[in-house]
Amino acid sequence: MDLTQLGLFDQAVLLFAAFVLFTSFVMLAQARIVPLIHTFAWQGALLAVTTALVAYATRHPHLYLSAGITLILKAALIPWLLHRLTVRLGIQREVEALAYPTLVLIAGGALVIFSYYVALPIVQLSAMVTRNTIAAGIAIVLLGMLLMIVRKKAISQVIGFMSIENGLFFAAVVSTYGMPMVVELGIAFDVLVAAVLFGVFFFQMRASIDSLDVDRLNRLREVDEPAPAPEETAP
Amino acid sequence: MSPLSLAYLALACALASGVLSLGADRYASLLRYGSTILLGAAGLAAVGAGGWSLLHESRHADQLLLGLPWLKWHVRLDPLSGFFFVVVGLLVAAVSLYAPGYLREFAHRQNIHSRAALGVATALFVLGMLLVLLADDAFVFMIAWELMSVSSYFLVAYQHQHAPNRRAAFLYLLMAHVGGLAILLGFGVLAAFGGGFTFEAMRAANLSAAWASIAFALVFFGFGMKAGMVPLHAWLPEAHPAAPSHISALMSGVMLKVAIYGLVRLTYDLIGDIQWQWGVAVLVLGTASTLLGVLYALMQHDLKRLLAYHSVENIGIILMGLGLSMIFISNGKPVLGVLGLVAALYHTLNHALFKGLLFLGAGAVAHACGENDLNNMGGLIRRMPQTAVFFLVGCLAISGLPPLNGFVSEWLTFQTALQAPALASGVLRALIPIAAAVLALSAALAAACFVKVYGVAFLGQPRGRRVGHAHEVDIGMRAAMGLLALLCLVFGVLPTFFIDAIDGIPRMLLGITPPSATAGGWLWLTPVSPRVASYSAPLVFAGVVLIGGLVFLLLRVRRKNIRRGYPWDCGFGALNARMQYTATSFSMPIRRVFAPVWDIEEEIEETKHANQPFRPAAIRHQLHVQDKSWPRLYEPIGRLVLAAARRIGLIQTGSIHTYLAYSFFTLLLLLWVVT
Amino acid sequence: MTAWLLGVLQTLLFVVSAPLLAGWIKRVKCHMQNRAAPALWQPYRDLAKLLRKRVVLAEHASWVFRATPFIVFGATILAAAVVPLVLAQHPAAAVADVIVLVGFLALARFFTALAGMDIGTAFGGMGSSREMMIGALAEPVMLMAVFTLSMTASTTNLSEAVGYTLNGGLVLRPSFVFALLGLMMVAVAETGRIPVDNPATHLELTMVHEAMILEYSGRHLALIEWAAQIKLMVYMVLIANIFLPWGIATELTAQAAALGVTAIGAKLALLGVLLILWETVMAKMRLFRVPQFLGFAFLLSLLGMLTHVVLETGG
Repeated sequence: MDLTQLGLFDQAVLLFAAFVLFTSFVMLAQARIVPLIHTFAWQGALLAVTTALVAYATRHPHLYLSAGITLILKAALIPWLLHRLTVRLGIQREVEALAYPTLVLIAGGALVIFSYYVALPIVQLSAMVTRNTIAAGIAIVLLGMLLMIVRKKAISQVIGFMSIENGLFFAAVVSTYGMPMVVELGIAFDVLVAAVLFGVFFFQMRASIDSLDVDRLNRLREVDEPAPAPEETAP
Repeated sequence: MSPLSLAYLALACALASGVLSLGADRYASLLRYGSTILLGAAGLAAVGAGGWSLLHESRHADQLLLGLPWLKWHVRLDPLSGFFFVVVGLLVAAVSLYAPGYLREFAHRQNIHSRAALGVATALFVLGMLLVLLADDAFVFMIAWELMSVSSYFLVAYQHQHAPNRRAAFLYLLMAHVGGLAILLGFGVLAAFGGGFTFEAMRAANLSAAWASIAFALVFFGFGMKAGMVPLHAWLPEAHPAAPSHISALMSGVMLKVAIYGLVRLTYDLIGDIQWQWGVAVLVLGTASTLLGVLYALMQHDLKRLLAYHSVENIGIILMGLGLSMIFISNGKPVLGVLGLVAALYHTLNHALFKGLLFLGAGAVAHACGENDLNNMGGLIRRMPQTAVFFLVGCLAISGLPPLNGFVSEWLTFQTALQAPALASGVLRALIPIAAAVLALSAALAAACFVKVYGVAFLGQPRGRRVGHAHEVDIGMRAAMGLLALLCLVFGVLPTFFIDAIDGIPRMLLGITPPSATAGGWLWLTPVSPRVASYSAPLVFAGVVLIGGLVFLLLRVRRKNIRRGYPWDCGFGALNARMQYTATSFSMPIRRVFAPVWDIEEEIEETKHANQPFRPAAIRHQLHVQDKSWPRLYEPIGRLVLAAARRIGLIQTGSIHTYLAYSFFTLLLLLWVVT
Repeated sequence: MTAWLLGVLQTLLFVVSAPLLAGWIKRVKCHMQNRAAPALWQPYRDLAKLLRKRVVLAEHASWVFRATPFIVFGATILAAAVVPLVLAQHPAAAVADVIVLVGFLALARFFTALAGMDIGTAFGGMGSSREMMIGALAEPVMLMAVFTLSMTASTTNLSEAVGYTLNGGLVLRPSFVFALLGLMMVAVAETGRIPVDNPATHLELTMVHEAMILEYSGRHLALIEWAAQIKLMVYMVLIANIFLPWGIATELTAQAAALGVTAIGAKLALLGVLLILWETVMAKMRLFRVPQFLGFAFLLSLLGMLTHVVLETGG
């Protein structure tokens, strides 16, 4: 399918899909916490715009509602919650040390190619204008997982998790024009609750292991050998 | 008279040169004049034979009265071997022009062991390479191949008084034989299906896809090892610098190309039916060689080792062209496949020219000032003005800068890669541009590397006393370098003639002609179609000369308007040569950016002033950068082999009875199998 | 023949107007930073002054140092000669495509770096070393962006590429957006602007381009400065005319040409303002932050290529 055969709005859907994918990469590269949250908010906003564009281009009015929910929840409410959390935890200025940033980005690029490869059979079956973006949806999910794998700070992992959810939502919108409203509302509510729960969890975690570095959870494993000398707290 | 008889003449000249060298220990000038002249004649005859068969697209087969009773030696000269004949011949001719001057000083300085050994090994080396190209059955091919390997082993081991050279030579011999074994097995597969050892029979062989892949994997491994492809390149940077410089030029410039010849011959001609997975493997390994080769080269400060690593890079570029060609052919786009093949072959020739030139230049520098370490050089442009010009041409060519020849072949490779949208598979469409981007990165890094080489060796101020007293080399050496520099320019400015000339190779291998590469006349190089891309090297060259010359004439600064002054030193007083950037410091930013590629050991020791704690009295800096393939690949394999040997050693008891028992049981087993 | 003549005229226009663009950028920058701005033609005055001045050469400088300004100037003019400025159909675009253009700029960089090494001071070497690192990292980004473009237009010929975008009408291509952003970042790095290098710096330790040409004076310096101005303009015209070619003259009438001149003038003026806005909000980076900057640029152009394959062509 050639791009030039599509209408302007269909092209805009593709353009914004690419932007959403781009924000996933920016999140991978972003080491500072607050800009990371902002990027996540941008992803939510772009996702909402994409959904609205799909709604307009394919005449599926119920997607407007999804777009609205996404905008309120993922571009405003959850980022705001996370931002408040960082302020209350006093970590808004923290910078994560990224191990092998270039390698992670290369892996990200490889994941995009891989998701394209995986999505090919679906794309060939589908007849929808948005079918090419299915690969982008899968890639966003995988990139979210990659973010969770390579990061140490719990808050970045939460953002990775949320971005996986963004990817799933995106894939649902472009492959079947959205899930049934009940499911969508349910998931939205779940994510919100998760965000709140994570906040509670962070405080618990910090109270018990004095850090938000998930690597510290390693201590919880059961080992027979004598416990290593307690590490000094990271500066 | 036919091309083949000229080829025989070349072989005979090489052989005669070897025979003549036998007396060189007694009469020193015999080596310098007699055998090098004969070697030069062999080179010229090879160029003639190759050029003739390339231009006329003739194929001449013959049987020699040598060999086994049931298997005579088959030889054949066709456009493909003709092309490689030209490559080998050109460089051999240039080297034989260079050798007399070089050998005089070399013998004087190195306390030479045996001139005869050097002469004989050189002649046999050239003979072996020419014979490989001429071979038309597996038997001759392997004999010639081993002749080439073993004689070059003697050349690497020639300065065996230095322990590193002995080690390099042993490593070289070992890897050459592992590679040779793989090639032999590959031939075995082909011969088993084709029912004979002649190439004719192998061409007719009908292989299943799996067996064809096995044969391809074997020959790719074998030739890849000889060509110095990553990660099989470990021997190359050790062996090439160990040999005398004119031999290094031959090894780096030509011997690696013979391996490329083998790969092309076996893959395109004998195995046939190329599968896309092969192309991907070649492309991936080629890309890896390109990038890692140049990165490793950047860390070197021994000029010859640096050049040897650049051979890894350039072999990578050639393999990229071949890989792309294979991918396109197997995807039913043979016309684009031809484009990739032409790019690879063109780069083969170009690399032979500029790498030969650079190695000869390195030899000239070593000859003039006895240094191979860049960090001790500097300011040679004033001491060796002509060598400096020729070396600059080589640096520009290898860095892939217009209007020289390296640029044209890299441009063709880029153009081939850019045709990726023609492929059906989207994954390949996405991967090939990335490979092209890696090529761009490597070309730019190569430019950085040669700014380093030229800037540190030839420009600035001399960093050592011996370099300050260097002198220009003799006329023969300069002529050889000048010849190669001129050829670099000619092949850069007139690529269309060359591409027309090698049309016969794809016609023979694939049965098609590149339809439009030169359709617009000799001025225009249009690999796919004029709309897609065109490059007019002659006009670019004319533009460079015209604009540069015009501006120069208009705005030239007359000598009387020039005042000489001290360079800016920040007001701290006299600058000295030690304050200049060295090769190591030049590449430091790149070392830091690409740090994970190497094993870097850096030690900085600071001695503080006794009573001024913030003022260092002395700083010692030690840096050791190692190729990662050693600790990651070779040492584990070496340990495995040793462990296995220890296990197998258990059966060696030392008692003669046990050995007799082994023989006895083997005999029993064999008898049982036979019945 | 007329076409070639017009091509030469266009190149002359390119070369002559490059200092004007530099003057404009300087002026906008001064306004932006509340300083008194020099006249728009100040760069011409500077060049004229330098051309008249006597040359002072470093004592160790060899012929490479003296030849470099001419080679750099010539190579940069050649690069400018193949870029469609006012006329879309430009005969010289067939002589050298965009890969050759990158080659010309690489040739200029190679010789500038050699000249830096030639004088035998620490600064020259430092500048060359840094410049070659930046250049090595910028080149793949540039070519990746160009590949994205040429895979869509299936050509590397600049005139053809411009023609393709013109004929296609307004198409929202995600790949073009990414390639454009990547190309802009490369342009910033390659022309030595903030945050990669500071053209106005007088502190030796932070210099890159200036460190290499520290020893040039008189005519030599004039040529090098002029070449730098042309190079900046080459990148800006590339960005303006490939991605937003509208207004460029497609036929040979005086009216179309006038429109073309106006259009490119307006686009360049706008891009200049954009550049200054960017320079004003950014701070100069540490040298070893530059690889991250360029890595991000590479990511952008890689995404451009991937979105082209994934989103625009599909299965």
